[in-house]
Amino acid sequence: MYDVEKIRKDFPVLGRQINGKPNTFLDSGASSQKPMCVIKRMVDIYTNEYANVHRGSYFLSEEITSEYENSRKIVQKFINSKSDKEIVFTRNATESINLVASTWGRKFLTKMDEVLISEAEHHANLVPWQVLRDEIGFELKIFKINDDGSFNWDEYRRNLNGRTKLVAITGMSNVLGTIFPLKEMIKSAHDVGAKVLVDGCQYVVHQKTDVKDLDCDFLAFSGHKTYGPTGIGVLYGKSELLEAMQPYQFGGDMVNVVTYQSTTFDEPPARFEAGTPAIVQAIGLGEALNYMMSLGMDDVTAHENELVAYLHSRIKEVDGLTEVGTAAGKGGVFSFDIAGIHPQDLAFILDKEGVSVRVGHHCAAPLVRRMGYETLARASFGLYTNHADIDRFINALQKAKTFFKD
Amino acid sequence: MDITELEDNFELLEDWEDKYRYIIDLGGRLEPLDEKFKTEEWKVRGCQSQVWLVPSKQNDKIHFIGDSDAVIVKGLIAIVLTIYSDKSPSEIKSIAVEDIFAKLGLSEHLSPSRRNGLIAMTEKIKYYANVL
Repeated sequence: MYDVEKIRKDFPVLGRQINGKPNTFLDSGASSQKPMCVIKRMVDIYTNEYANVHRGSYFLSEEITSEYENSRKIVQKFINSKSDKEIVFTRNATESINLVASTWGRKFLTKMDEVLISEAEHHANLVPWQVLRDEIGFELKIFKINDDGSFNWDEYRRNLNGRTKLVAITGMSNVLGTIFPLKEMIKSAHDVGAKVLVDGCQYVVHQKTDVKDLDCDFLAFSGHKTYGPTGIGVLYGKSELLEAMQPYQFGGDMVNVVTYQSTTFDEPPARFEAGTPAIVQAIGLGEALNYMMSLGMDDVTAHENELVAYLHSRIKEVDGLTEVGTAAGKGGVFSFDIAGIHPQDLAFILDKEGVSVRVGHHCAAPLVRRMGYETLARASFGLYTNHADIDRFINALQKAKTFFKD
Repeated sequence: MDITELEDNFELLEDWEDKYRYIIDLGGRLEPLDEKFKTEEWKVRGCQSQVWLVPSKQNDKIHFIGDSDAVIVKGLIAIVLTIYSDKSPSEIKSIAVEDIFAKLGLSEHLSPSRRNGLIAMTEKIKYYANVL
């Protein structure tokens, strides 16, 4: 049984007081808190096990290399890829997407091609394609979503054609919470010969991810949103694609034979991991993914869906509140506007009440504008969020309203 | 109102709620900024809300008018302008704004991570003190 109160005890920071109030942390969509097992694992490494990986022929280096590579296997299991050689460690999802743009994109995209993305993309899955478009000259197409934030099949299909070389889409919108029908979208894209990159930052946290079943060509996600450390991200790529790609950066740990004048490069994933990697973070990420799997991803999803339903049952009490993004089956991301209150003002009051929400364009400025706003407040859930968090959030909103009555 | 009066008034406020209500009230009494100035040219960057600041030189002093679309931010602007407006460039440069905000119990609003624009605004004021 999913016992959220027991789970909360794994996250020490949730017990902290913020401005004298219980810590109501509703910004897990930006970055999640870390369970004690991850913190402890990382401290253990620094305390007892630390050495560089893939280097020394000595005990500590062999031991930690095996831990580092084991973490890759945990990622493989977490997303159910065919091989751990398809898992590249990066700094974060942004770097994962940039890696694909810089290497696969530069090699395979021409000015005759089209790259298709959605209106709901994070800047990280928009700007790299704009910059590459300016360099190569392909057409960057944006397919529309519905006004309620839901996916629109007609719009998507209308934009797919024989020139579409890549579809780069979020699995779950960080602003709207909309979950895209990835499997069917990927099938349609493959039917026209396009490859598909999924920005899985929110998606992999929300539900079980199976890249074999989805059949996506690339998947990017960040460790710090999956209850792991900062400084570590993942790029999954199908073996045949990674093997055809040039290195992204050059240096140690990614080379085969080096002379003063020439170098041959290692096989993936090492080819894409130049220099000393984020060793401790990678192992911490493995620990975090094991933690999520031990709770059961289906139960995590069920818990989050239940929280969304509970929130929906309570927000009606807040006059003037508009939820932005109301697609059926949305995940635990709740962007909203309250008539007559600037989100920045709202955040000041919520903060004093110990409630942490994010305010701004959420690194998706075109999307926020497309939904009719310049700035929005957003509450987002994690696997430790409970009803009491939502109750305090609603109470804080009601309190905020008393400040801004005209 | 000068800064001493403002500090005295803040001392009478018991908790953050009273303080914020007073800040909002101060914003409401701010000298209005003509709509024609609410353009990119007068915008202060680095804020989560929109903030505008318009200087004008009056004899040897600089007069500032500011505004924001967020009301607490507007109140904070009122405090900043109470501190800085109608002072000479050399006076502006000698003001320790951090100390005043600390005395008012508002230090958090000058934290770089806050992005509410107050730091950007004080930087801009000091910039004008240099160039005007």
